[in-house]
Amino acid sequence: MKKILGYADSWSLAPGDRVGFKISTYGAERYRADLVRVVCGDNHPEHDILRLDEIDAPFAGEYPGRLQPIDAGSYAVVPHASAFDGLDSFTVLAWVYPTTPANGRQALIAQWQDEPATGFALMLDDAGALALRVGDGRGNVAEVSSGERLAERRWYLVAGSYDVATKTISVSQQPQGGSFDPLRAASASASAGGFVAAQTELLFAALRADLADGRPGSACHFNGKLDRPRLAAGVLGEADINAVAAPEDPCAQYPGLIAAWDFARDTGTDVISDTGPNALHGRTVNLPSRGCKGFNWSGEEQNWRHAPGEYGAMHFHDDDLYDAGWETDFEYVVPDDLESGVYAVRLRADDDESYVTFFVRPPSGKTTAKLAFLVSTATYLAYSNYQWLFHQRYAEVTESFWTTLEKTDVFLQEHPEFGLSTYDTHADGSGVRYASRLRPILNMAPTTPYWSFNADTHILGWLEQQGIDYDVVTDEDLHREGAALLDPYRAVLTGTHPEYYTTPMLDGLRDYLAGAGRLAYLGGNGFIWRCAMSDSYPGALELRRAEDGIRYRDEEPGEYYLEFTGEYGGLWRRLGVPPQAVVGVGTVAVGFDESGYYRRTADSFDPRAEFIFDGIGEDEIIGDFGYLGDGASGSEIDTVDPLLGTPVHALVVASSEGHSANTLIVPDEIGFHHAAMDGVQNPLVRADMTFFETPGGGAVFSVGSIAWGASLPHNGYDNNVSRISANVIARFLEEAPFDMP
Amino acid sequence: MYEIDPSKTELADEFRDNPDGPYSPELTLVINRMRLMPMAERHVLICIERGRRWMLARIPAARGAPIERFEEQVFSDHAVAVQELFRRRWHTLTGEELA
Repeated sequence: MKKILGYADSWSLAPGDRVGFKISTYGAERYRADLVRVVCGDNHPEHDILRLDEIDAPFAGEYPGRLQPIDAGSYAVVPHASAFDGLDSFTVLAWVYPTTPANGRQALIAQWQDEPATGFALMLDDAGALALRVGDGRGNVAEVSSGERLAERRWYLVAGSYDVATKTISVSQQPQGGSFDPLRAASASASAGGFVAAQTELLFAALRADLADGRPGSACHFNGKLDRPRLAAGVLGEADINAVAAPEDPCAQYPGLIAAWDFARDTGTDVISDTGPNALHGRTVNLPSRGCKGFNWSGEEQNWRHAPGEYGAMHFHDDDLYDAGWETDFEYVVPDDLESGVYAVRLRADDDESYVTFFVRPPSGKTTAKLAFLVSTATYLAYSNYQWLFHQRYAEVTESFWTTLEKTDVFLQEHPEFGLSTYDTHADGSGVRYASRLRPILNMAPTTPYWSFNADTHILGWLEQQGIDYDVVTDEDLHREGAALLDPYRAVLTGTHPEYYTTPMLDGLRDYLAGAGRLAYLGGNGFIWRCAMSDSYPGALELRRAEDGIRYRDEEPGEYYLEFTGEYGGLWRRLGVPPQAVVGVGTVAVGFDESGYYRRTADSFDPRAEFIFDGIGEDEIIGDFGYLGDGASGSEIDTVDPLLGTPVHALVVASSEGHSANTLIVPDEIGFHHAAMDGVQNPLVRADMTFFETPGGGAVFSVGSIAWGASLPHNGYDNNVSRISANVIARFLEEAPFDMP
Repeated sequence: MYEIDPSKTELADEFRDNPDGPYSPELTLVINRMRLMPMAERHVLICIERGRRWMLARIPAARGAPIERFEEQVFSDHAVAVQELFRRRWHTLTGEELA
């Protein structure tokens, strides 16, 4: 169904910047590319608000199609070195923790070449047992298997060796012990015709294989953890294997060590270091997870930085993906006169259409409006290629819906190589921690469902319809530049769901508000999770869903500290900066069937709040309409909480009601679950529309609802949700400071 | 755990007459039971054209496997499409066809 997809090598661009677009077609011989400005991406025919303005661009035109494959699956590579050439008798060993041992052949450590068959490959065989394969360079391949499948999610010390004197290959696997499992050690030996070292690189967790376009790729990926891999000259007995596998100073334990990799070093980067005499350092590919508990994790420390010796493992997945690595089809230099805004390359092939979205900032060092729309690119990344809805058995009862797939969902189901979102689980059941923009992201585009990116275009469309000038800046810009990015703007406007914040992003926003900044938070479930970005992995986001919140899946205990930064992951609420302390409100409930509406409170008649309700009747129901659940208060909703830091002078100017039995209090709010946690019964299930001034002359206005934006277009944008939003923006753009009460 | 009683076809009638809810307590149990089926057994919809056309489909057991598409089962009315899901899941769970 999908015939064409693509991605941009950058998301945030200023005039003068160059961006490359990478395109792949699926059965289409030719395609057409055009540039559009995204004003509103809602393509529901009854709404009649889709607006994608065509913009002239030098790249517009027809191109030949081609398939660009993706090498998914994480692994690590050590370049070929002369130290490999002298191998005759050898032993290769590691601690392994397989997570899908029944999945067929999975390489653990391999220095292997097919043509001619040379080298060795220590792996799990088709039965999930430890196996060693060697090639003699004359077309003969020998393999020996322990014959005993490794148990899932248990540590084993595994070793494979070749004895040149007897031309014997051997394997041994020892379960770590310490559990009640009836696991057995196993070993086996077999004759081999000979062994010739391969003239190639050494790989962890994969074998080399060519991609469909001939580029080198990978296959036979391992799902699970590897810790302390070693390569030694000679055949090691059990005592020597145990000695060099131990944590401390392996080279002193056995002088014949060729390499002793320490994955605990360089956590947060793609570097792997060899502590042995040959400095056989390497690189990881596709972001295997680091900062992971090793075989010897004691539980005395939870932070990988405090006990690196217990965090020596790397967790590989066959569906990890960092960089699709596609070739560029065409480039675009953003012209000086291109307005700041949201843009997309529209790709058309046969009967299919796709969009590659990107964001254009104002010229460097300048602003072109008093209002900045802060695009939630961190949140878009967290949701990128979201597949939870059709992977998770409980999704339908969570969302109160019947699964309705998009064409893009169908494509992702059938193409797991495009990678997952941080809401998903890997094929081995572990939570996805990383999401990258260096791949096609099928759900960050106009004409997709109203969530995250495309829901935000309801706000963009409203800004355009209202004639409100705005600049576009992104989360990634805020992460890099902090408050300096926002300070030139009189007001900042969020999207519908600014959920994910790195520490520099949140610091930057708070610094902006500590000055004279004004923030209109026209969304819900905002400022919730700490995430991380890293200069070592440009374009990637890391998330560890520690402890609490709507986590979608468990985070691995003992692995709550982020690899990219060493920070503790989880809810900002648990980290001492609750959203209530930033924007007055924080999430209390979620529900996706019916939305509620707001009713004014006594606070709304306070003179401080008069400007908000200009033109709104005293008893007027606010937002009993909209494209998300037929109401402006819904999906995910926030309330004030003085205990969590809502400023004491904050006015709750309206609160919502009319929520459904399927709108339920979030786990973060629950000390003990009970039978009255829904919107029909529980008074906490509501959104509080909140306003407060800041000491620097600024102010914050929050609606606390994701559904608010989807009410803006109702009745040709002529409605009270639109009116209130416009009142707030108009006042926030005035120069006159707000006075503290 | 609640299981659907196939003789209670009045619940299917209620769903036909009011597909968007709110539902009676027992129809809520029926719908939740249907929504808890293993993914690999579920009939689902594919949105072919926003707000206009939906195709019946079934999710496979394994990631990467093709989604089963029912090319002849395309609906121009979402309520009718959802009725078909209800009917198919009722059959999967009870072994009996709804009239």
